[in-house]
Amino acid sequence: MRPDTWWTQPLLVFLGLGAFIIYSTWAAFQGTHYHFGPYLSPFYSPEIFGDSPHSWFGPKPTWWPGWLLFSPALLILWAPGGLRLTCYYYRGAYYKSFWADPPACAVGEPRKTYLGERSFPLIMQNVHRYFLYLAILFVIVLATDVWKALWFAAPTSGKTSFGLGVGTLVLAVNVYLLGAFTFGCHALRHLIGGFRDQLSKSPASYQAYRCVSCFNRRHMLWAWLSLFWVGFTDLYVRLCSMGVWHDWRIF
Amino acid sequence: MSAAIFRIWRGDAKGGAFEDYTTDVSEGMVVLDAVHEIQAKQANDLACRWNCKAGKCGSCSAEVNGMPKLMCMSRLSDLPLEKPVTIEPMKAFPIQKDLITDVSWNYRVKKKIRKFNPRPPDAADGTWRIAQEDIDRVQEFRKCIECFLCQDVCHVLRDHRKHDEFIGPRFLIYTAALEMHPLDTEDRLEELRKAHGIGYCNITKCCTKVCPENIQITDNGIIPLKERVVDDHYDPLGWIWKKLKR
Repeated sequence: MRPDTWWTQPLLVFLGLGAFIIYSTWAAFQGTHYHFGPYLSPFYSPEIFGDSPHSWFGPKPTWWPGWLLFSPALLILWAPGGLRLTCYYYRGAYYKSFWADPPACAVGEPRKTYLGERSFPLIMQNVHRYFLYLAILFVIVLATDVWKALWFAAPTSGKTSFGLGVGTLVLAVNVYLLGAFTFGCHALRHLIGGFRDQLSKSPASYQAYRCVSCFNRRHMLWAWLSLFWVGFTDLYVRLCSMGVWHDWRIF
Repeated sequence: MSAAIFRIWRGDAKGGAFEDYTTDVSEGMVVLDAVHEIQAKQANDLACRWNCKAGKCGSCSAEVNGMPKLMCMSRLSDLPLEKPVTIEPMKAFPIQKDLITDVSWNYRVKKKIRKFNPRPPDAADGTWRIAQEDIDRVQEFRKCIECFLCQDVCHVLRDHRKHDEFIGPRFLIYTAALEMHPLDTEDRLEELRKAHGIGYCNITKCCTKVCPENIQITDNGIIPLKERVVDDHYDPLGWIWKKLKR
C-alpha cells in the first residue's frame, strides 16, 4: 500500500468536477440572468430559443410540452458536456475520482469485475469525435459572441457603438481557453494528421498535426482552465445581470 | 551517515512476509545500493535482479513504497527515511523469489504481435527512404527498455489479472511503433480490438507516470491506436467519407 497521500489528486478532481457539475446544472435550470447588455453566458450560447435579444429563433416554441421544464441552456449544454464526458483526459480522471477504477496508480480497487471500454456502456466513449465536431461549432459561435460583446447600446437612444468592457475580456478569455482545450483534443490530433503513417507526404496536414500536438501536450491544463473559466464567465454575466457586480467599461 | 529501515519482502511463490533491515545510508545512495548493502552484510540469500545500475537495462524493477520503480533510479534522498522504506516485487507477475518475478509472460505476448512487414523497396538502390518527420513518432517508442513497470502499474493486469485478454501498455506501444511505421504494411487493428484488448485500457495514464524513459505511452501510443480502432469500427460518418473519397 502506498504510504504517501495518493488520495489528494483524486479528491481534488472529485471536488473540482463535482462543484462544476452542481453549479452548471443549477445555472442551466435557472433560465434567467444569463445575458447582460451585449454579453451572453456561454452556458446559454447559442440561444436557439429564448427571451433574450440573442435568441436565434425567438421565444420558447409553442409546441414545447407544458410539463417539460424549459431553459435555453438545456437545449445545448449536452454537446459541450458530451465532449468533456468523453474526453480522454477527463475519462482517466473521473474513472479514478468518481469510480475508483483505480482510485490512484498502484492502489487496489474496491471491486473485482472489470469490463473497461470494450463493452456497453463505456464502449460509447468512442463517440468522442462527434462531440468534437459540435464543440468546434460552439467555439465559432462563442467567438461571434465576443464580437457582439464589443457593441454597446446607448441607454437612451439605443444606438450601438464600439466599446470594450471587462465582460468582453471575460468572454474573450473564455473563447481562447475553450479553443485551446478543443483544438488540443486527442481525436482532432488523430483526424488532422495522426491517422497518417507518412505525414511528410501531406505538409499542410503535418503542420496542423504539430499545432494540435502543441495544445495536446497541455490538454489537462487547458481542460481545467477552460472548465473554471466557462463557469466564471456565466457567473460574471449572471451577477452583472442581477446588479451584484458592475461591468466596467474600459472605453 | 545515518541509518534507515528497509522493509523487504522475503519469500517465494508459496508465500512470504516483510522483514526489516537497518542499514547505513549516505549521500547519493539509491534503493538498489541499500539492497546490495543488506545483501552483502545481513541477508546473503536475498534475491534481486539487477544489471546496469544506470536505468537502461530495466532489470531492477520493483515496488518502492508501493509504487513501481527502478530501484537503481530511486534516490534515498527522495524518500521519507524517518519511516521504513518498503521494497517488494512487482505485483502483476508471479513471484519467483524475494524481489524477483517471472516476467516471461511478456515475451510470450510479444511473439503474438504481427511482425514488421515493409513495403517493397522503392529507392533506386533497392532500399527505402524515410522522412525524419515520419519516423520521429516511432522513435519515441523505441526508447522502451522493457522494465515492465508500465505493465505492473496497469490495473487491468495488476488488479484484474486480464493477462489472457490484454497485452498491456508495453505491447500497445510496441504495436504502435509497428502500426505507425512509414514502411509497414500490416494491419493490426482487428487484433488490437479483439485478442489484444485495447478496449480494456481506461486511460488512467499510470503507465506514463511510471515510465523511466518518459515515453508518453498514453497520449502518443495508446490513444492514437484507440482512434485508429474508432476509424475502423465506430465511426459511420468516417466510413462514408472514405467511400466518397475513393
